[in-house]
Formats: sequence, structure tokens, C-alpha cells
Amino acid sequence: MIHASLKELAAALAARKISAVELATLFLDRIDKLNPTLNAFVTVDRDKTLALARDADARRAAGENGPLLGIPLAHKDIFCAEGWRTTCGSKMLANFVAPYDATVVARFKAAGAVTLGKCNMDEFAMGSSNETSFFGPVKNPWDTQRVPGGSSGGSAAALAARLAPAATGTDTGGSIRQPAALCGFTGLKPTYGVVSRWGMIAFASSLDQGGPMARSAEDCALLLNAMAGYDERDSTSLERPAEDYARALDQPLAGLRIGLPKEFFGAGMNDDVRAAVEAALAAYRQLGAVTVEVDLPNSGLSVPAYYVIAPAEASSNLSRFDGVRYGHRAADYADLNDMYSKSRAEGFGDEVKRRILVGTYVLSHGYYDAYYLQAQKIRRLIADDFVNAFKICDVIMGPTSPSTAFRLGEKAADPVQMYLSDIYTIAVNLAGLPGMSIPCGFDRQGLPVGLQLIGNGFDEARMLGIAHRYQEATDWHLRRPALAD
Amino acid sequence: MSLTPDDVRRIARLARIEVSPAEVEHTRDQLNGILGFIERLQAVDTSGVQPMSHAVDVVQRLRADRVTETDRRAAFQAIAPDTEAGLYLVPQVIE
Repeated sequence: MIHASLKELAAALAARKISAVELATLFLDRIDKLNPTLNAFVTVDRDKTLALARDADARRAAGENGPLLGIPLAHKDIFCAEGWRTTCGSKMLANFVAPYDATVVARFKAAGAVTLGKCNMDEFAMGSSNETSFFGPVKNPWDTQRVPGGSSGGSAAALAARLAPAATGTDTGGSIRQPAALCGFTGLKPTYGVVSRWGMIAFASSLDQGGPMARSAEDCALLLNAMAGYDERDSTSLERPAEDYARALDQPLAGLRIGLPKEFFGAGMNDDVRAAVEAALAAYRQLGAVTVEVDLPNSGLSVPAYYVIAPAEASSNLSRFDGVRYGHRAADYADLNDMYSKSRAEGFGDEVKRRILVGTYVLSHGYYDAYYLQAQKIRRLIADDFVNAFKICDVIMGPTSPSTAFRLGEKAADPVQMYLSDIYTIAVNLAGLPGMSIPCGFDRQGLPVGLQLIGNGFDEARMLGIAHRYQEATDWHLRRPALAD
Repeated sequence: MSLTPDDVRRIARLARIEVSPAEVEHTRDQLNGILGFIERLQAVDTSGVQPMSHAVDVVQRLRADRVTETDRRAAFQAIAPDTEAGLYLVPQVIE
């Protein structure tokens, strides 16, 4: 049962082969057993989870049915969930119990999904290894000496170790896709504006986007159907007709034009990653797709541009944490300013402080034009590259991450080295496009490799279909770490 | 350019994050590392390029001017560090 797809779980629930309470208990027991090793969850509340499961069973007994009714789900701890501690991986919010549900949480609740708990993450989603969490690093289930990726690292480890059949994540520069690659599952960052950001603790508002994390593209489609939709409470939520993201799953690949950016296949990519990605592209050609070379000439500027724009937005967003209305307040202070400065110095970890300081600097008088405005202009150049590329291809493919899972501590001392692990994912956020990572093989140490798919705006359904056809022809997405048996 | 210890203290003050004297040097090194990395943006010719401030071009919506939210002051203040009589308490700022 723990290896079943969401569709199989829904069928078992509908046939009354298992109840939502039994299913939730199965996963809660696994969490009890494996979380001490993995540290994937920061909050588990058996009573709350079982109450939600009983509710789902009651709804079913009353005649309701639905693809997610009774399905257990783990939430990244960036989504506010009423009555649940919501920490965002930070000491600042270590005791924060959310007074309302994020729209994403509310939508899953309405669909009858059962929250299993809140997943560990890099503090305020700032990190690529889950090592910046106040609650300690998450271990990669494929090798517990290695990182799961970040920032949605807890969700990633929970999925790979079968502590949850599905999870939510957020992706500001690669935080769904890079952990999906490093832990060997399927993750989708939708087009900006498709999933509501309301109640999702803000890091960089022009880049943040929530998305589904699951075993397969088919499962992600089911999850996105529940997550996506217009929300008047999010001023950047897009008013679009509802769509069925599973509608193109069976679309044939014949004639599909896959764009290969030569910038994504240059130096810097690990040989084993290259071999797995090349093999996946060969499989796509076998399935009828053709590959064409495309240019993303400015993609090399995406990481530095991001590290101006994202910290600038973060410095503004995180100014709300002042020790007045919620969150950590220092015990001793001389006056109001001292209270702010000490509360923030104590409540934030090193990486978060660094980014706030960088953001403050690039927005400060005399530096705004040179840094922030220049980065915004380069953002335009990067977005225009994609516009041009999509004139000659339907989807772009390449590696998700330049390497497989690295060792705990390996990059922790050098912020810039850590930033470069998102070198293939960040441009997608700057352009606001949808991106996916799907498993496509292993390196010689047995660590998973991810293939990245980048689509044109609002092409999620097509991308999910492109991924699904590959997953019908291969079994990389079904492989699991020994720890999951 | 590279930051001086005074720059670090100034930025920390603007950001309302206390940086102790012992932390200034280390913070300066790390910030200079990051600024050195983003410095390469300066070499790009962006004349005539429109800055892109957001992923989507949308106009800020206006909602209808009617009450939609209920009063949840008690719930919101229950998670505040210090309140009294419905007010958030902070150190005195006006004599």
C-alpha cells in the first residue's frame, strides 16, 4: 500500500478496501519509525491527522467520492494550516500556530486530503540542501550521509522514504525541482500565478510558486487539479478558466519538438548526470519526439540576477518579522529599535540574515540602479531567451541539477557554491514559466538523477503528459531506496 | 566594490539586524563573496532594455468596497508576544 499511486489509493478507498483512518495510521506509523533518522517532519500531530481522516471517512459514508478524499498528504511547513504549528524552518516562528489556512491547505481540505504533518525545509525556503533549517538538516533516504536538496527537503525525503504518498512544496529558484532530482521523484513548479500564494509564507513574491510533489506525473496532475485556481486573496493569482491537468496525459509524443539549450549541456555537469539525461533524450526520440538545439544565451546570468532580486524581495517581505505581532521577541532590549534588531538577530539564522543584508544593500540609496534595476533588466533578457526558444520547440529539456545529492556539510561553508546548485532551475522562476523534474536514472553510486522539463506559460497539462508517456515507458520513477522497503 | 566594516554596520542598522562587533568581519567576508559573484551583472549592456519587475503583467485589482472579513482580533493577538486590552505592547517611543 505504501508504494501505491494516488489513483490506486483512491480506488482502494472507494472500494472500502481500506479506510482513510487506516491509511493515515499506516503512514503515521512509518513516520514514527523513520523520522528520527530522516528528520523530514518538524510537526506531526496524530490526533489532528486522525480527526481529518475520520472526517474523510464520514464524508465517504455520506456518499461523497473524489480523487483525493482520504488521501494522506504532507505539507511543506511554509503553508499556514489553522491550528498547526507553522515554522517555515525558523526559530523566528518556532512557536507560531497559524490562525488560518493557506489557500492551498484549504483547497486540499475541501478535496478531503488528510494532512500527515508539516515538513522540514530550509529556513524561509532559503537554501538548496535543507541544512539552513532551525530544526536541523534532513537526510536523503538514498544515503543518509547526503542532503535531500532544498528548500523543500523534508517533503522530498518524506516522499522518497514512503512516509507520505504526496506532498506540497514551493519553488522560488528550484526548491521543488532540485530536491525532486536529488531524491528521485516527480515535482512540478507551475506557471507563476497558477497556485495561490495566500497563506504561503513569502520569500520572494515575484518568484515564489507552490506546486505538487509525488511519485509520478499522473499523481502530480491529480494534486495540481486540487491546488490550482484563481484566488481573490492573492493579488497575483491569475483569473483563468479551471482546467483538468490530467487531460493530456495520454497525448502521443510523435512530432514533439524538444529544445536542448546548449548552455545546459556545457562544462560543470557531472558525467553520470549527463549520461542519464542523454539516455532519457534517446528514450524520447524512440517515443517519436525530435530534438532541436536552442539558445538561452543569458541563462548564465540567471544565478547572479536571482541573488539580487530574491534577496531584495526577501529583505522587504521579512521586515514583517519584528517581534511585535507574532514570532520571536528578544528577552532583553533597551528600546524599540533595539527590540527589533535583537529579535531579528536571534530569530533568523545565518543564511536568512545574509540574504536580508544583501537585499537591503542592493536596494539602498546609491546602489538601487546599479544592482536592482540592472538585475531586473537582465531578468527581461533571460525571459526573452525563452520566448525565442519556444518559437522552435514545444518543451525544453536538460538536467535539473548539475550533480546528484551531495554530502551533508559539503557546500555549507560557501554560500556561492551552494547557490550554483540551482544553476539550471533559476532562469525558469525569473521567467515565470512552469518547470518539472522527473527521475531519469542513477549515478554510479546509486543516487537518483533528475531530468528537467521546462514548458511555455500554462503548458502544465502538456508537460505532465510528456512526463507521463516517459514514465509509462520507463520505471525510474518506481525505484525506491532500501529504507523504503 | 567591496564593503568596509562601516558599510556592514550601516546595512545591518538599515535591516534592523544586530551584528555584534565579533561578527562584523565574518559577515563582511561573506557579503563580499556574494557581491563579488553578482558583480558580473555590471558588465552586461542593458541599454534600452525594459526592467522586468514581475513574472506576469497584471494590473493590481480592486475589490468591491464591502466587509468580507470577520473580527479575529482575539485569535491574532493570542500569538503575539505581548498584548494588553486589545493593543500590541512595545517599548515606549514617545515621552
